[in-house]
Amino acid sequence: MSTQVTFRIWRGEKGAGQLRDYTTEISSGMVVLDAVHRIQATQANDLACRWNCKAGKCGSCSAEVNGKPRLMCMTRMSDLPADKPITIEPLRAFPHLRDLVTDVSWNYDVKKKIRKYQPRKPDNPDGTWSMEQDDIDRVQEFRKCIECYLCQDVCHVLREHGLHPDFIGPRFLVYSAALEMHPADTADRLPDLKNDLGIGYCNITKCCTKVCPESIAITDNAIIPLKERVVDRYYDPIKRIFRAITGSGGD
Amino acid sequence: MAEFQTLTHDVLVVGAGGAGLRAAIEASAAGVKVGLVSKSLLGKAHTVMAEGGVAAALANVDDRDGWRVHFADTMRGGQYMNHPRMAELHAREAPDRVRELEAWGAVFDRTKDGRILQRNFGGHKYPRLAHVGDRTGLEMIRTLQDHGIHLGIDVHMEHTIVGLLKDGGRIAGAFAYDRERGRFKVFHAKAVVLATGGIGRAYRITSNSWEYTGDGHSLAYHAGASLKDMEFVQFHPTGMVWPPSVRGILVTEGVRGEGGVLRNKDGKRFMFEDIPENYRPQTADNEEEGWRYTQGDKNARRPPELLTRDHVARCIMREVRQGRGSPHGGVYLDIAWIKERLPRGEEHIKRKLPSMYHQFKQLAGIDITKEPMEVGPTTHYMMGGVNVDPDTQMSDVPGLFAAGECAAGLHGANRLGGNSLSDLIVFGKRAGEHAAKFAVANAAPRIDNSQVEALARRALEPFERDTSENPYQIQHELQDQMQDLAGIVRRREEMEQALDVIENLKRRAARATVKGNREFNPGWHTALDLENLLTVSEAITRAALERKESRGAHFRDDFPEKNAEEGKVNIIIRKTAGGAMSVSREPVPPMSGELKQIIEEMK
Ligand SMILES: Cc1cc2nc3c(=O)[nH]c(=O)nc-3n(C[C@H](O)[C@H](O)[C@H](O)COP(=O)(O)OP(=O)(O)OC[C@H]3O[C@@H](n4cnc5c(N)ncnc54)[C@H](O)[C@@H]3O)c2cc1C
Ligand code: SF4
Ligand code: SF4
Ligand code: FES
Repeated sequence: MSTQVTFRIWRGEKGAGQLRDYTTEISSGMVVLDAVHRIQATQANDLACRWNCKAGKCGSCSAEVNGKPRLMCMTRMSDLPADKPITIEPLRAFPHLRDLVTDVSWNYDVKKKIRKYQPRKPDNPDGTWSMEQDDIDRVQEFRKCIECYLCQDVCHVLREHGLHPDFIGPRFLVYSAALEMHPADTADRLPDLKNDLGIGYCNITKCCTKVCPESIAITDNAIIPLKERVVDRYYDPIKRIFRAITGSGGD
Repeated sequence: MAEFQTLTHDVLVVGAGGAGLRAAIEASAAGVKVGLVSKSLLGKAHTVMAEGGVAAALANVDDRDGWRVHFADTMRGGQYMNHPRMAELHAREAPDRVRELEAWGAVFDRTKDGRILQRNFGGHKYPRLAHVGDRTGLEMIRTLQDHGIHLGIDVHMEHTIVGLLKDGGRIAGAFAYDRERGRFKVFHAKAVVLATGGIGRAYRITSNSWEYTGDGHSLAYHAGASLKDMEFVQFHPTGMVWPPSVRGILVTEGVRGEGGVLRNKDGKRFMFEDIPENYRPQTADNEEEGWRYTQGDKNARRPPELLTRDHVARCIMREVRQGRGSPHGGVYLDIAWIKERLPRGEEHIKRKLPSMYHQFKQLAGIDITKEPMEVGPTTHYMMGGVNVDPDTQMSDVPGLFAAGECAAGLHGANRLGGNSLSDLIVFGKRAGEHAAKFAVANAAPRIDNSQVEALARRALEPFERDTSENPYQIQHELQDQMQDLAGIVRRREEMEQALDVIENLKRRAARATVKGNREFNPGWHTALDLENLLTVSEAITRAALERKESRGAHFRDDFPEKNAEEGKVNIIIRKTAGGAMSVSREPVPPMSGELKQIIEEMK
């Protein structure tokens, strides 16, 4: 079964541009990225977009499809209304380069600001650490991140308020959480999180969690526990002492 | 003369997958100035897609394992076409390299006693693959990336190298354009490490991304280095076959490692019918024993689904050709059946194979905990590549190194699953170390401007032509023809036809035109990649014509058996002074006495 579908794709450079219509044939099982490739190969050889794995593993093909941040390679045509044109636009939280490609280098700079993994001395003579599966489940959840930056794209602190210099965004709160909750890590990132990394800007709207293609519980499992750690350390000494004495989690 | 930005490094690493990152880390640890370039963004290289695991004889799950067994398995899997010294170094060093990843923050799945867990994979005698569910490559690339960014490596993302520069016989650097702006850059370097990965885009059905156009193979060849084993292209037995748009996407061997079985349309486990002689002693001959093996019974032998990839791929082809395939031209891979054996089977599948669950659910609308998958062979991995010294990874061009998938030697005629990720870290490290040594020991080479200008001129030609060849069209035609004429099953006449096709496409590629400007223009990038694709396609075809036998991944209908004489040589491809492609034979490097003895003992 094949049908003709119209795509409205953002074309242009450095933010200047417009949506342009392309009509192409859609066959069963196709994803949005397939349609973009077909248009690229037949109608617009110079249409810029990023992709690699075509299987939701590399996080390259992020775009806004019908206004929603998604991986183009994991968005099936059958999940979108076919009677209306399908719009495809670049991520809006980063500087635009060309067509569907944006400049995501800020993310790479941010990561360097976060203290790297610093393990305690190895537990075993062969240089390894003893860790139970239960103790690393949470960290492994965070390490599923494919760095698609869809969460960064929807976070209003970045998207609407443009506070890139002050706030690292959900992706890097997840990254920080993975390090902070690593059972063998010894570094302390709480002062940085509170100050330079700007965890306080997050007001837990959970928009990031909703778009994560890896279904990482960004807010509940990463950001909120990190915020609690920061609060415990800096704002609530009595509660902290109380917790230390009783050993209770308090929440 | 045109002025291009020139960047100077001691060591330039081309490629930021596992091999390139590991090389860059090692070179920078040696205190030299390191540049790293990649076509994609950092962290997106193919390595990110690896699923099943990294092979290393840690012996955490079965203490009978050790480097000797790993070595013997690798050689047997490679049908003794491997460079024995590389297979030895790999088996000896992989455990340390994996433990080092843990020290840098990798979080592998754990055994009950808190150590790195290892799983079964085809051709490995004991559970040997350290893994993280089915996203081991992501764990590996992220660990290397996150470790590497703090070492002062000069990273140039989204830059494509289009030519290597030479100073007389030795390497002098490389010439690149940046994808974003289309500007040219000269990378001046004392040593260059190629870590560009594979060639899968030469075929229509492949698990590989747009990046796999054989750039490193082609760059090295045109710079005068020899290529080896180019006839050995691995077709992975299990790629998705439906829907059409996902055809070729990989279904990890981990599915079979966890107990998944292959059946034809009659429900028969056809793999039991054809077990090669040299694997018979270690293969289960009944379903019960096979199942016990996947569940960790040390006295059980592995099920035939876990035989080597070349063999499983051909058995699947046979079922399909003889009319016993599934509706979309594959066979069934069933993991759902393990629910009959495991109380919480459904959760177990989701936990052990989360991304496979996800992939089928989202792309094919299939719930693998309930229904079987449809699978068929897909072009997956290139065993052949740059001919390198086993200890230093240097090619026959002084100062030019290669590691990872673009280098040859470790895998011989067929790679075992999991042996690539370990290859990357073992030989990536070695390449980085020796490239740094080379850089320290040698003075800076001289850049020859005429080479730079010639490369720049060529790169711009597609914009200036008034012809109208669509580069995508040429690429698609090549892929179709290679799939049909030089694919899983090969014949002399067809391969000769393939050479004609390639010649013809070369002429058309010289007329490829691109529209638009130089800024992030995929049409232009595709046009420039054509030369590489055509070069590797020709090399594959010529080497495959030369090997008149069937061995490992190379199967010839007109020579369906192994031939002992052919088994003594590797096939070497070189560019002659006149620019033609030459094919020659070199004896397979001899084994030391110790290694010979190991092979004897493990027969
Ligand atoms: C789906 C899939 C699953 C796999 N699963 C496993 C597994 O479980 N276990 C296993 O051992 N192996 C597995 N493999 C194989 C393994 O992942 C690859 O062989 C390996 O990752 C290759 O690593 P590399 O470092 O050599 O190259 P890559 O990781 O591919 O990196 C190549 C790099 O070179 C760059 N590059 C290429 N050309 C140029 C150029 N001209 N200029 C600049 N840069 C360039 C690219 O941008 C990229 O950064 C799998 C492969 C696939 C496709
Ligand atoms: S929960 Fe916080 S980080 Fe996530 S989108 Fe909302 S403000 Fe941004
Ligand atoms: S946390 Fe999720 S949405 Fe954010 S970058 Fe990672 S994978 Fe993407
Ligand atoms: S192409 Fe890799 S996530 Fe879409």
